[in-house]
Amino acid sequence: MQHVSPIREPLVTGGKTYADITEDVCRQVEAKPNVRWMMALGVSLVFLGIFIYSVYRTLWFGIGEWGLNKTVGWAWDITNFVWWVGIGHAGTLISAILLLFRQKWRTSINRAAEAMTIFAVICAAMFPVLHMGRPWLAYWVLPLPNTFGSLWVNFNSPLLWDVFAISTYFSVSLVFWYIGLIPDFATIRDRAKGPIARRAYALLSMNWRGSAKHWSRYETVSLILAGLATPLVLSVHTIVSMDFATSVIPGWHTTIFPPYFVAGAIFSGFAMVLTLMIITRKVFKLEHYITLEHVESMNKVITLTGSIVGVAYITEFFIAWYSGVEYEQYAFINRATGPYWWAYWSMMTCNVITPQLFWFRSIRRSLTATFIISIFVNIGMWFERFVIIVTSLHRDFLPSSWVMFSPTSIDIGVYVGTMGLFFTLFLLFAKFFPVVNMAEVKAILKSSSGVNHSHDPHASMHATAPNNSHKHD
Amino acid sequence: MTSKKFILGIFDDEDVLLNAIEKTRAAGTKIYDVFSPYPIHGIDDVLGIQRSRLPIVAFFCGLCGTSFALWMQIYMLGFDWPMIIGGKPHISIPAFIPVTFELTVLFASFGMVITFFIISGLRPTMKVPVMDVRSTDDKFVMAIEYKEGTNMQQLNDLLRSNGAIEVNEKEVVK
Repeated sequence: MQHVSPIREPLVTGGKTYADITEDVCRQVEAKPNVRWMMALGVSLVFLGIFIYSVYRTLWFGIGEWGLNKTVGWAWDITNFVWWVGIGHAGTLISAILLLFRQKWRTSINRAAEAMTIFAVICAAMFPVLHMGRPWLAYWVLPLPNTFGSLWVNFNSPLLWDVFAISTYFSVSLVFWYIGLIPDFATIRDRAKGPIARRAYALLSMNWRGSAKHWSRYETVSLILAGLATPLVLSVHTIVSMDFATSVIPGWHTTIFPPYFVAGAIFSGFAMVLTLMIITRKVFKLEHYITLEHVESMNKVITLTGSIVGVAYITEFFIAWYSGVEYEQYAFINRATGPYWWAYWSMMTCNVITPQLFWFRSIRRSLTATFIISIFVNIGMWFERFVIIVTSLHRDFLPSSWVMFSPTSIDIGVYVGTMGLFFTLFLLFAKFFPVVNMAEVKAILKSSSGVNHSHDPHASMHATAPNNSHKHD
Repeated sequence: MTSKKFILGIFDDEDVLLNAIEKTRAAGTKIYDVFSPYPIHGIDDVLGIQRSRLPIVAFFCGLCGTSFALWMQIYMLGFDWPMIIGGKPHISIPAFIPVTFELTVLFASFGMVITFFIISGLRPTMKVPVMDVRSTDDKFVMAIEYKEGTNMQQLNDLLRSNGAIEVNEKEVVK
């Protein structure tokens, strides 16, 4: 007996059958790359070129190529690192936490969101590694016995916790993503016409045949990985926030940082998922799978997390005043009215005010508005990291060392360049991998699609419930 | 080279398939395997698949991760090269929690996934013995091993009367 809710909108529209799903998703993978994709890849490769050039300058001439100075030792690099890591969190959230909560709307978007996670973490990892100055010695952060005797890494340092947190997060996300891809690789393999494609996807699909026993284990594995990834996401950004919170710098030494950073990460991550999905659904004609219902659900998450972030900003300010510590009070007044006031108020406008527009249903369901707001949120979250790092550092305890920070062209080049890296990876993913998780969408098709499968003579017994053609707007 | 023969019942609806599995098993026919494009809920019970013990594997792998991480940090900072860092004791368990947690998750996930691949025989191969390529697209395939004395006609009738849209034969060479 099929259950059709009178309130819930269908998650898959357009009366799709199982074969239609396979066809719609595989079409992109099998067809020749189209012009729009080639153009997008071209632009991304230009930005990737900027990245490579900037990294070459940084490595060849040293960190002096960046605008860092004696007072502001962490500026754009750590801002970008925290920003990228935050963006990555939505992917795991969609695939893991929503799986545990049995939210069916995750199925159409989880694949792309997880890919986004992995690419964002790759971009994020570039910054601390380059910030080391001598990245070829990056293995020194691992607990390996070194040539000076058995001097070990410092396990009391949050920077070392980052090493473990980010690398674990990256590898577990990669495994989770790959496990999800295996059945879809098998589908592409079985449809492949060319020998190269068949071999490549046969290797990637790990001999998958869709046996009932394998599916049973596969579901167990997915569920447990989700259960492990959920606290992992929370721990990663908590640890990133501890890079600041365990220090004594006014403006950083705040106990609200862990939950506030996690909320901010989900906030920016969902914004990035929306930015990407609104384009992807249009370019790849996936409007029936990524529906307005999906966009609206994500916008609701943005409203919630955006409000949490807003409350956190106000709390920080209140506690700075309430603590009675003059350095803390100065740091916050300086943020809002000091030389970096524009960064602070950009952050407030983009992060606190814009997501509140989503309380209006018409804005929540408008693709144009959502796209614009999602970009605003991403800008706002970048400014949040910038405000925390630069405004707290540029005026430390000693007024004689107060200084302003301004980025060099190489700073900008590395940052803009990581966007090139990110979009190049995302475009390659979108071309060669199935963007929508076919197996999972097929699994929810019967209970969540808009129409009954009238083509199917056996399904007539499931069609007793009224067709959900009810529209709200 | 050994070859096995299979009778394949092809279905196009999961509920019809579930019903057919029950009827086939009730008729005393042993089902070799069922192939589907997505996981079917409730198929474990009708096929008699045991609940997976992978959660236990994950638990013990995680436990190994916890012990390894704690041992590593306590040994390195507490005994091998003790250093005073920020006035904290050499063995400061609260500071060791983050790394311990991360390694627990890492060991548990990788241990479980590797075990899953090994016990399911999933590994990269060029040639994949797929019974029917449509089973990764939109069809559900019930495979019954053909043995000496199998009454083909009876099996065909059984499958068709329970909603199979096709009944095929397939020889798999190992």
